[in-house]
This record gives sequence, structure tokens and C-alpha cells, in this order.
Amino acid sequence: MSGNQSRADSVQSRRVTWEGCSVLLDINDGDRLVFSRLTENSTLKIGKKNYSLRPLIGCPFGSLFQVEYGAEGSKLSRLLESAEVSNIQENGDYQPVEEHRDNRELVDNNKAQSLSGEDIEELRRQGATGDKIIEALIANSATFEKKTAFSQEKYRLKKQKKYAPRVLLRRPVARSICETYFTKYPARIGFMRVDTLSLLLSMANVAANSDILVVDMVGGLLTGAVAERMGGSGYVCNMYLESSPYPMDIVRMFNFSDEICKRIVRTSLSDLCSVQNDPSEQMGHDVSVTANASDEQMCSHETLTEPAVMEEIAPPSQNEISKCKIPKAGDKASQETIDLWKANGFSSLIVAAPELDTWNTVKDLMPHLSHSAPFAIYHQYLQPLATCMHNLQIEKMAVGLQISEPWLREYQVLPSRTHPCMQMSAFGGYILSGVKICNPEST
Amino acid sequence: MLALDTSKKLSFNKLIADGDLVIVYERHDTMKAVNVCEGSVFQNRFGVFKHSDWIGKPFGSKVYSNKSGYVYLLAPSPELWTLVLSHRTQILYIADISFVIMYLEIVPGCLVLESGTGSGSLTTSLARAVAPIGHVYTFDFHEQRAASAREDFERTGVSSMVTVGVRDIQGNGFPDELCGMADAMFLDLPQPWLVIASAAKMLKPDGTLCSFSPCIEQVQRSCEALRMNFTDIRTFEVLLRTYEVREVKNDSMQGHGGSPSQQPPCKRRQTNEGSNKQESISSTIMARPSAEARGHTGYLTFARLKCSA
Repeated sequence: MSGNQSRADSVQSRRVTWEGCSVLLDINDGDRLVFSRLTENSTLKIGKKNYSLRPLIGCPFGSLFQVEYGAEGSKLSRLLESAEVSNIQENGDYQPVEEHRDNRELVDNNKAQSLSGEDIEELRRQGATGDKIIEALIANSATFEKKTAFSQEKYRLKKQKKYAPRVLLRRPVARSICETYFTKYPARIGFMRVDTLSLLLSMANVAANSDILVVDMVGGLLTGAVAERMGGSGYVCNMYLESSPYPMDIVRMFNFSDEICKRIVRTSLSDLCSVQNDPSEQMGHDVSVTANASDEQMCSHETLTEPAVMEEIAPPSQNEISKCKIPKAGDKASQETIDLWKANGFSSLIVAAPELDTWNTVKDLMPHLSHSAPFAIYHQYLQPLATCMHNLQIEKMAVGLQISEPWLREYQVLPSRTHPCMQMSAFGGYILSGVKICNPEST
Repeated sequence: MLALDTSKKLSFNKLIADGDLVIVYERHDTMKAVNVCEGSVFQNRFGVFKHSDWIGKPFGSKVYSNKSGYVYLLAPSPELWTLVLSHRTQILYIADISFVIMYLEIVPGCLVLESGTGSGSLTTSLARAVAPIGHVYTFDFHEQRAASAREDFERTGVSSMVTVGVRDIQGNGFPDELCGMADAMFLDLPQPWLVIASAAKMLKPDGTLCSFSPCIEQVQRSCEALRMNFTDIRTFEVLLRTYEVREVKNDSMQGHGGSPSQQPPCKRRQTNEGSNKQESISSTIMARPSAEARGHTGYLTFARLKCSA
């Protein structure tokens, strides 16, 4: 068990934020999700005001913050246990009381609230906290008492979001990153839902000390998720089939250590295919040319796509960036590593390349897998996978072939009010999975 | 099954040796786990297979019986193991397993608690996720079941990542020596709400918990118990729909507009169509959902331990 203690220091499992770390901020219970990097000067805009994120540095992930008004204006301050507990009691989820009130006498005429905007401003000037304002609003609402307990709770929550917004400090990991992109910008990750991503990782047997071949045209989400599962061992080979590598900016959202970043490498298919005989001149030449090209490409991606981050907040100044250096992932694979892959084959393959022809991609990559290697191919359309599956069968390249479509439904669980959530994602993508077999005729 | 020693990388090009665990694949729904043993035989409806014929062949090979029947010999993985293990209890399948590991945020180095062990289907995947330096402590109150699980973990080569304990977790909670050490926890118990207090003691702040229950009433009570010390309580149901693919030969179905392909034509594509000319003219590949599917496994309730200051 002592071995288990020592690894607690590794960056990946850090549970407390530090200066320069990447965080996911959940504002008002999922209303807004923002990726940010915690620095002395980074800020978060809520409503019309910018709030410094400095109070978040050094706090455990999972901490909750609330906008608080004080002598020197409003700021984010950490909500401690006692405040949270009182809030839970307010939610009153424990005993389902028989409800006698209903909405027959509620009329929507905008006259229920007797406090005006000016009154609220005045309260603020006097230094009232958000909670105080909410209490005042409730006290001055002519209809609050007539509402059912459920709608009283809804009312309180709505006012809390407006007058005392909360920020939850979340850890950016594959789960939260995938969910955030899926909610906000699903097209950037090829509409891949979190359950689909989790299936890809399982079906491709992603584990420590393996060599995973990845074609990631979903912004780096897949590469990051695979690297997270390998924890700095083995290799994630981010393969590109065209002239330049695909962007993988999402990898930088994870708080990867140097160790993990070094295990994320890029290779082009042509480098992997380059002829083995006459290695001295032929290959040396080849490699240097592509290396230059890809370096350039990577730099341009890096600068160009910087704003692709949800809402990049107040980009850190130059000296700040150097102070909290972010390890860089995605170096070119060394020739030595490539030679090892050529000799042993990759232990598995994951493809998420909506823009490439599925069957041709798979056909080109299969020879680079070791025998009995599992693979998982993602697509948001069924037909390319059906064609690919059929061809794999005809060519006797794989067994255990299956196309699966995951289905995920969330439930609201509350006393006397349990039911499936009103909104659900109807579609999270298709997966073709299988295991490569040894086929002496085809290889 | 797992490459725990960095020096011995997982490479399936390794040849099958005496004593290896192989998955004998007949069909997608007929597989069996076999330990290769020189001098032993494997028998099925296709005939008798000599293990001695298997030794020295690469994983993924096709091997023949005395009657020229054949099977494939696959390298074991947690996914294949789930399909071949002996069911001592109801087990978890891939959709739930993969979602649980992702949602519990389990990565290499994590310390994970599980109860009950059952047939060890999830445990094997948990072991893969925490390898090479993490650990899974799994508990079952059934002594014989725990012993069988231990044997299975030896057989699949994950035993160094897993400790199986015999303990009534529902009655006695988790052992005190694991207090505050767990990154994640999985409960598959008839009355999980009885364990929530102990679970809160075991987990690190912001640590994750998942409770699997087939019945909604169990979920209801668990969620009520969780509200005390946990936050971000969410309940899901995850299922898989599988598809059947077949080629339908039909002359009338040809036509250039019939292909729903999204890709713009490119060089590769054209060469492919050239080579498959006959097929593309006279047949269509069609997919439809399989008629039978698992309609329900269980509800997965996730929660995070609150961070106290």
C-alpha cells in the first residue's frame, strides 16, 4: 500500500488546484461551462462583472464558490460545508408532504413582486448578501406562499442563480471534458457522447504499457482520453493519413504531466509504411522532410486554434505563460519507436475520423496491428461502418465484428418525483468493434 | 491479460506457449477460455483440437481439428473474459462496465473499492484501469465465491492488482484501514443505502461513488442516503443496441444516387470502387438493429464526496 501513497504526487491525480492548472468551471449548476487556466490575473465573467479567479488557486477540486458582496465590491468566495448543508435542508427533499396548494389562483400579471429594481440596487449598496436579497424577494412576493413546495423551491433556485451565482470547480478529465464539449460544441468532437467514448476505450483494450494507434479527427479528445488511461506508460500514436497532422488542442485541457505528454506522439502513415530496406539514405531523407512540414503545421494549429477553447478567458500574458509552462504533447515519434511498432505492431486501434473514408482507412491501418489486436471504429453515420464491417468479413481480416449504438438516459430521482429526465441525447454515435485475426493469405 | 511489467510490453505477436490462457473463438456468441496444456485436447462440435498444434502459433491464428473444423485462438482481454467467464452471479456487461470506469474517473494509480465481487466481470476491467500501480480491493460475503474469484484473477493475470476480501460490507462496512484512501468505489449490493456512511469515510474528498441497482426503489433510497455527504448525484441507464449487416444482391437496387456516403469523392475512393466494381453494381450493404436486445440491466447512480474545508 505504500506504493499507492507515492503516486498521489503525480500531477494527474492531484486533487488540489495550483497556479497554472487547467480547470473546468461549472457556473450555476451547468448553466455555463468554461475551461480556464488559473493564474494571478485570470478572470471569469458572470453577468456584467469580471471576477478574479485567484481565490480558486490552492482549493480542492469539487469546491463550490459563490459571488459575495463585501466592502471592496463583489468577489468569488468559497462556500463551506455549513452553507451547503443549510441549502440542502432548504431543498427539503426528505419528506414528501401531501400537497394541498395548486396554481389555480396564480395569475401571470407581473404584479406579484413589490420590490423594484432600484430597491434591490439599494439593498446591494447597503451591503446585503445575495442570500439576503433572495430572502427580501421572497418576503415581498405576494404569491410565494401560495405556490406549491416544489415551485417555491424552483423560485428560490432561480433567484439564487441571479443574485448569488455559484461556481463549481471541476477537474478536467476525459469525462468532464467530453461532456462539456458534447453539451456546448458537439460538432468539434464529432458528436461523440461520453458513453460512446468510454466504449471505444474498453473495446480497444486501452491499458497501461500498450501501444495504441489512434486516428483522432475529434480535436484531440480521443488522444487525451487514451493517454489518461495509460498514465504515462506505453504510447498513444496519433496517426495522420494526409499531409499534415490533425489538431489536438483538447489534449491541453487535461492536466497532463510531462511524463504523459511524452507518451503522446504523432506519425504519418507514410512514415510508418516507409520501406524498410535501404534505411540509410532513403529513410533519413524522408523523415527529415516530413518532420519539418509537420512541425510547422503543428505550430500553426497551436496558435490558430487557441480560441477554440469554449470561452478562453482573458488570455494569460506572455510572462505568465512562461511561469506556468504547460507541457507539450504530440512530438513526432522517434525512428526507434516507429521501428518497434513496425516489428511488433500496435496493440490496438481506435478511429474517429468522420472526414475519412472508413473502409479505406481501416484497410490501410490493419496491417500495422499485431495479431489478435482489438479495434474500435467510431462514426456518426451507420453506412460507412456497415460497409467496413462487410468488407472486413469478406476479406477475413477480423472476427467478433459488431456494430453497437449506445443509449444513455438520465433520471431525476427525488422523493415522489422520480422519472426519466425530460431532455435526453437521442444519439451518441455508432461503433464498429472487432478483433484482428492472423490471415496468412491477406498479409 | 495485462502488461504489468514495463519491460514486457503487451505484444500479441508473442507466440502461444504452454500454460497460456487463450480465448477459443467459434462464433461471436460461442467462445471459451482455455488454458493451453501440452498433451491436452479441446473438443467441440467441429471435432478434436490438439493443444500441441496451438503452441508456437501467434495469437489470432486459425487452427484446425481432426475433422478439418476450425476455431480462432484469441488473446484474452477483459472484454472477451466477460463473455466467457463462469457466471456465479448476474454479471455486468460492457456498456455498464465502460461507463462506470469513465464516470468514476478511474485512471492508473487509483485505489478502488468494490462490493460485491460477484463473478469478477467488472473487477477485471477495474484492474486494467488502475494498472500498473493502482489497486482494487474487492469484497464479497460469500467465501466460496471470493475463492473462485481469486482463482479467476490468477488465471487472467490480474491478481497482483486485486485483493479479494471476504466481508459482509452491507452489515459491517468497509475495513477501517482503508479509511480516506479510496479514489473511487463501486457498490452492487441489495441495500446499498446501508453502506453510504462507510463509503463516505473511505473516499477521498471529491472521490467518486457508483451504485448499481436493478430496481428503482433501491435507487430512490440510495439517493436519499447519498444527499447527506455527497453531491453531483446522478442516475443513468445505459444500454447497447447492436446492428445486423447483410449484403442484399438486387439488380434493381443499383444506382449512383443510392449511396448515402458523406465523403466527397477522392482518389482513394475511386480506386476502391474500381476494385469492387461487381459488388457495387449488383448489391447493397444494409444494416438494421438486431431484434433481440437487453432491455434493462440496472440503474447506475453516481455521486461525489463533498469537499469539506
